[in-house]
Amino acid sequence: MSTMDRRIGNSARIEASRRAFVVGGLAGAFSLGFSLPAPEAALAQTASAPPEIGAWVVVQPDETVIIRVARAEMGQGTLTGLAQLVAEELECDWGNVRYEMVKPAENRARGRIWRDMSTGGSFGIRSSHAYVRAGGAAARLMLIQAAAESWKVNAGECRVERGVIHHPPTGRKATYGSVAAAAAKLSPPQNIALKDPNRWTIAGQPVKRLDTADKLDGSLVYGVDFKLPGMLIALPRACPVHGGKLVSFDAAAISGMRGVKHVLRVDDETVVVVADTFWRAKTALDALPIVWDEGPNANASSETIATTLREGLSAETRFIGNKVGDAQPALASGSDVYEADYSYPYQNHAQMEVLSATVRWSPERCDVWAPTQVAEAAHDTAASAAGVPTANCEIHTMRIGGSFGRRLSTDYIRMAVLIARQIPGVPVKMIWTREEDMAQGRFHPVTRARMRAKLGTDGTVEALHMRISGQSIAAYARPSAITENGDPFVFQGLTPVAPEGSFAYAIPNLLIDHAMRNPHIRPGFWRGVNTNHNAFYSECFIDELAHRAKQDPLDFRRRMMGGSPKHLAVLDAVADRVGWGNPAPDGIFRGIAQYMGFGSYTAAVAEVSVADGRLKMHRIVAATDPGHALNPQQIEAQVAGSFVYGLSAMLHGECTVKDGRIEQQNFDTYNVLRMDEMPAVEVIVMPSGGFWGGVGEPTIAVAAPAVLNAIFAATGKRIRDLPLKNTDLRVS
Amino acid sequence: MPKLNINGGMIDVEVEDDTPLLWVIRDHVGLTGTKYGCGVAQCGACTVHIDGVATRSCALPVNAVGEDQKIVTIEGLGAKGLHPVQQAWAELDVAQCGYCQVGMIMAVSSLLAQNPRPTDDEIKAEITNICRCGTYTRVLAGVKLAAERMGASRG
Ligand code: FES
Ligand code: FES
Repeated sequence: MSTMDRRIGNSARIEASRRAFVVGGLAGAFSLGFSLPAPEAALAQTASAPPEIGAWVVVQPDETVIIRVARAEMGQGTLTGLAQLVAEELECDWGNVRYEMVKPAENRARGRIWRDMSTGGSFGIRSSHAYVRAGGAAARLMLIQAAAESWKVNAGECRVERGVIHHPPTGRKATYGSVAAAAAKLSPPQNIALKDPNRWTIAGQPVKRLDTADKLDGSLVYGVDFKLPGMLIALPRACPVHGGKLVSFDAAAISGMRGVKHVLRVDDETVVVVADTFWRAKTALDALPIVWDEGPNANASSETIATTLREGLSAETRFIGNKVGDAQPALASGSDVYEADYSYPYQNHAQMEVLSATVRWSPERCDVWAPTQVAEAAHDTAASAAGVPTANCEIHTMRIGGSFGRRLSTDYIRMAVLIARQIPGVPVKMIWTREEDMAQGRFHPVTRARMRAKLGTDGTVEALHMRISGQSIAAYARPSAITENGDPFVFQGLTPVAPEGSFAYAIPNLLIDHAMRNPHIRPGFWRGVNTNHNAFYSECFIDELAHRAKQDPLDFRRRMMGGSPKHLAVLDAVADRVGWGNPAPDGIFRGIAQYMGFGSYTAAVAEVSVADGRLKMHRIVAATDPGHALNPQQIEAQVAGSFVYGLSAMLHGECTVKDGRIEQQNFDTYNVLRMDEMPAVEVIVMPSGGFWGGVGEPTIAVAAPAVLNAIFAATGKRIRDLPLKNTDLRVS
Repeated sequence: MPKLNINGGMIDVEVEDDTPLLWVIRDHVGLTGTKYGCGVAQCGACTVHIDGVATRSCALPVNAVGEDQKIVTIEGLGAKGLHPVQQAWAELDVAQCGYCQVGMIMAVSSLLAQNPRPTDDEIKAEITNICRCGTYTRVLAGVKLAAERMGASRG
């Protein structure tokens, strides 16, 4: 890897390049009142003055094209995808493209020129593709204009090929780098026409990621690796019972321990040990006597939570997500009503990089170096915790070692600032141990479902009632989203028509409703969010109904999907690929599922075998229609990754509650899927155009139901409670 | 004061005897390519080579490592140009978030040094590192590609 690669990957770079251009040289980088850490300072000094061509593009004299990325990169390839879109319209040479990350205070100082910086709900690309493409197109037009002016020709006669501007009538040509300085002085054009995706040559291609090299040699500095001179390490511990309080701690008991500098109360529920190294802080924290007031939930357990949720399965009061005809009278009584209860447990994100943030605080200014999925919200959180105006606070965003929704919450940013605020002028890196990360997660919510249905005489579903009982993420994490109709997110993929996800089946009498029951465990957005359990409940129960109707599970679904052609297309695609109508190889059994979430259509067939109670997942064939496929090989990686995440939860994932706290503390008790359990995954990417769906999350929904339906085919056992590890698959 | 041989150089480290090697490498030596994922030998993010053998450094107290034992971290692995495993990883775009990949690469490079032609089952049994992004399919392909290359270069 060249030094250049390393440099450009640096998040300080944007400061250097833009300011260098605006004010000329080094002064700009330091005008914000903080000194950059050593390598970045060196970088700022050596930076030339690369011209910014509009907000999104910087072209250097050596033809390097730097594309600004405002969304977070946590593994999903968002960064590369966004750069592809800009580069497509810019028509530069992809080989010259580098990236730099935008920072929120700068974004605000420039009137949110880079717009929304949040990355969640698989929205990173699909909610910004139009304006980042326009940014690339504007830069192209400015570069052409600059060349045309210098040649005194009509810009309309010029064309571009991989970063070289040609004027065919005179045979002249100029590289982007040679006209960049002049282009930077022009105003961005209005009324920009974007290319038809059919003409894409960079977008839509399986190009490699831009952010790989420093991941392979250990040089990528994640939040948890970040260092500043004189920095201390802070390890917090919050009350293990969510909502409980910190009463007292005996700092004297550990004050003589080596390296320990401070033992501090952070807030109502958290104590922190600050030391010179991680291990010394951890050793001291483990020895610190702490008294908690565990509060009203001290005796809560998985059993008490289950009881609360079970009560919701038949409760009168509920919110309605989908209603067709009148399901309840049809299902009022009778032996022909078929009923099954399902449950889905708490899950921890267990992202590989534990939470961390480095903060340097003074009464005037606060700098935070931290990974976050919501840079602007984190900026607000940090400034308010720091007690400084937002203009005097910056979040130096960093690439993220996996997140899956955990860093949509800014709790850890606030905590780190509150710690550093008690040690003015000293940089403090707060790190959560894995145990703390497990205890203080923002958990996949816990829900149960009661599924009730009646088959018509022709074997179709005449009535279906799906009652979800359980936790609302929004009630905790986004209270403003709760209306008199409840939490709109809980019905993900189950609503009649929605761009995000619609229920595929035409059932004459349908009721899908939710009884909100919110235990004290703090919930959060976990990859796939509510589609995980919604798809498990609906797609496994549909399979049950097919079996009851003595129909093939594919045919049974297809008969109800006439009004859902895109759902049907992905379903047919996976069925065709495995040859659904033909028998599976000896000992192999198949299951099928489809679901729509995050704006994309997904389906999967799983092929499994079960011998002596041991499950082997041989092969998954998955299809997705995300509307546009920006980078097919990255989509394939996301689909395969989604299966790992979803199947990991299905097989092993379960956070249980005892004495008010989460019992699992590390990967030894919260097991996750490893390579030996990984099935082969074949991915069919089938973009049908005309809409932009997500990629990072949608496919996770079909992972569990496809496999569970295959397990039924193999064993006759219906798994209605996850994870699977709690069920004996031996056929008795 | 323990002395450690890291990436070919001898380093004095002034730490408590029970400090895990991982934290000596990260906080005292200052090399942060070796990652913390669990601290209990479960995830493999902290994998280094000790005399060529992949070892989870988070669960190894520094006083269990002798002066004569050669520790190699990711910073040392590719010091003389990318290791074939790193090259294969780049070629196949294996990494997603990348956090686990350093440990993966250390585990795989050690495996291939001992078993140049591992079968799929051997790879799956040996490489038990956790990747939450779910890169396992490409990791498996990467091991095979690297094995092929290394075999070819051995002639
Ligand atoms: S950090 Fe050592 S195995 Fe996880
Ligand atoms: S690439 Fe993210 S944990 Fe493996």
